Amino acid sequence: MTIDSVMTLSNIHMRFPFGEDWRGRPHGFVHALNGIDLEILRGKTLGVVGESGCGKSTLAQVLMGIRKPSEGEVIRNFGADHDVQIVFQDPQSSLNARMPVWRVITEPVFAVTKRPKAELRALAADLAAKVGLRPEVLDRYPHEFSGGQRQRIAIARALSSDPDVIVLDEPTSALDISIQAQILNLLKDLQAERGLTYIFISHDISVVRYLCDEVAVMYLGQVVEHGASDAVLAAPKHPYTRLLLDSIPTMRATGGLGESLSNTDLPSNRNLPTGCFFKDRCELAGVGCDVRQNMVPTEQAQVRCCQTAATTPQKVSA
Amino acid sequence: MADPVLKIDGLEVLFPGFSGDVHAVNGVDLDVQPGEIVGLVGESGSAKSVTAMTALGLLPAGAFRQSAGTISILGRDVATMSEREMNKLRGGDVAMIFQEPQTALNPTKTIGKQMLRVIELHSNLRGLAARDRAIELLKDMRINDAEEILGRYPFELSGGMRQRILIGMAFACSPKLLVADEPTTALDVTVQRQVLQLLHAKARQTGASVLFISHDLAVISQFCDRIYVMYAGRVVESGPAQKVLGNPQHPYTAALIEALPEDANPGEPLASIPGTVPNLVNPPKGCAFQARCRHAHAACDSRPVLTDVGTKHQAACWLREEISA
Repeated sequence: MTIDSVMTLSNIHMRFPFGEDWRGRPHGFVHALNGIDLEILRGKTLGVVGESGCGKSTLAQVLMGIRKPSEGEVIRNFGADHDVQIVFQDPQSSLNARMPVWRVITEPVFAVTKRPKAELRALAADLAAKVGLRPEVLDRYPHEFSGGQRQRIAIARALSSDPDVIVLDEPTSALDISIQAQILNLLKDLQAERGLTYIFISHDISVVRYLCDEVAVMYLGQVVEHGASDAVLAAPKHPYTRLLLDSIPTMRATGGLGESLSNTDLPSNRNLPTGCFFKDRCELAGVGCDVRQNMVPTEQAQVRCCQTAATTPQKVSA
Repeated sequence: MADPVLKIDGLEVLFPGFSGDVHAVNGVDLDVQPGEIVGLVGESGSAKSVTAMTALGLLPAGAFRQSAGTISILGRDVATMSEREMNKLRGGDVAMIFQEPQTALNPTKTIGKQMLRVIELHSNLRGLAARDRAIELLKDMRINDAEEILGRYPFELSGGMRQRILIGMAFACSPKLLVADEPTTALDVTVQRQVLQLLHAKARQTGASVLFISHDLAVISQFCDRIYVMYAGRVVESGPAQKVLGNPQHPYTAALIEALPEDANPGEPLASIPGTVPNLVNPPKGCAFQARCRHAHAACDSRPVLTDVGTKHQAACWLREEISA
């Protein structure tokens, strides 16, 4: 294989026990991830999209190494010094309110090697300038900043340990449109400059289309479609991807909201459905959907759906 | 034309603070006609919610001061109404839907109890008749097993389901005006679409007016007939949704639309708006958008007023004034 990947996930399963009886045995399991295979390419941006409860954030935790998967293997192809960093959705709660900004920014470095204060301050000043913060902010505290500036601090913190991979967990969904554009531009510039690999978790498809090279669509702990983002988002093959794309409000729509109502209830992840996970909500469901689906390569992407993989996409969209 | 359902004239609201008063609303004129779906769009801090909350008398007494302006709901001046009359109005002729369906419902009471309370308080339906009404409302929101849902607690239900229940509850007494404050922001896109469809259909069916508050331009463009774009406590542009968003006349509206990643080319940087919203403790004397505007010039030091830039389309910008003059 000539593909330069920084991380490879193979058949990742993640189960969380819930409840327990008198002997401490769990009543059952919440199946958060159900067999994720992903190759994360160096210097690229992988978008992960899906509804709440589909396992996006659990996947982020597995990628970060915070959680050890119940099954499967994560292979990391980078040195021990370099690590994975994360930028969270809510910059309000993800920054330590009792630390001045320069401490916040250099915390990942400080936690590993206790370097002299002057050195850490210099590093913080350097990073603050990189993310567009003025040097005088270093001694202020996080509550003195607006949401956009706090997210810049969070990005500076993620950069401080010079990571290879940054997991961006909905970094702009708490921000206003004009500020979102500033942050997205900053992320793009930093990637070009430092050759970073991003894993961009989002539910905003238009941001994913703009920022990501590849996209993985998740449903109930599985990747149902994975491929180049322009290909997948322009011509989705999986019925779930299509439902997701059709649901996005758009400025260009002329016909209002449309009339057809779709079933929006997610199946429980405590007792996984038999057969195709998307069967109950799928308009194409038919023969063959009673068995578990595997990822099948199509021309431009991989799809986990028997109906589309077997037939031509024209027939499906009709 | 019939009397407007909601009319706000020259509203100014300020919040006293230690470092000076925060001038949240700085002269907002707004009206909602019967049966109309009106959008209020703007970024955080633009006073969308404060405007609506002031109109319904929902801000905590003492925490704010209305320094100017009049508000009338259904032809009655809010300032002359007693708290008792306001309470009768809210939930009856005027209903609200909030952003967080989790916090808007009482976690210790079943859905049925909460719905029946609203219905019994504002109509003369009692007992089984009220219960039938609740079931009918839930059925309208496409909740299939309505009888069973009435016995459930809010935590047992999904966010989309809770929001549908709240919409059903809001329509319990056939309101003339519904204020929806970011009703779908906490929901997934597929659920958002469903909730918006149901809300739209129900409003059209009952002829209720809707004041829809959102920061999402795309949602607003699909949902509303007419919109007001707000910035720093002022209305900067208003008009039919398609016109304002299709052919924006105020530089702020135009910049917002450009900043959306929707049409952006992945290879190019996004057109972001530099800077941040002005500090409202000392609101700018002139145009509030001046400091971030690429067309700013000398005239912007004095405050522009809303002027006609097309049929029913208004913008508060000196550029348009000069063009139309």
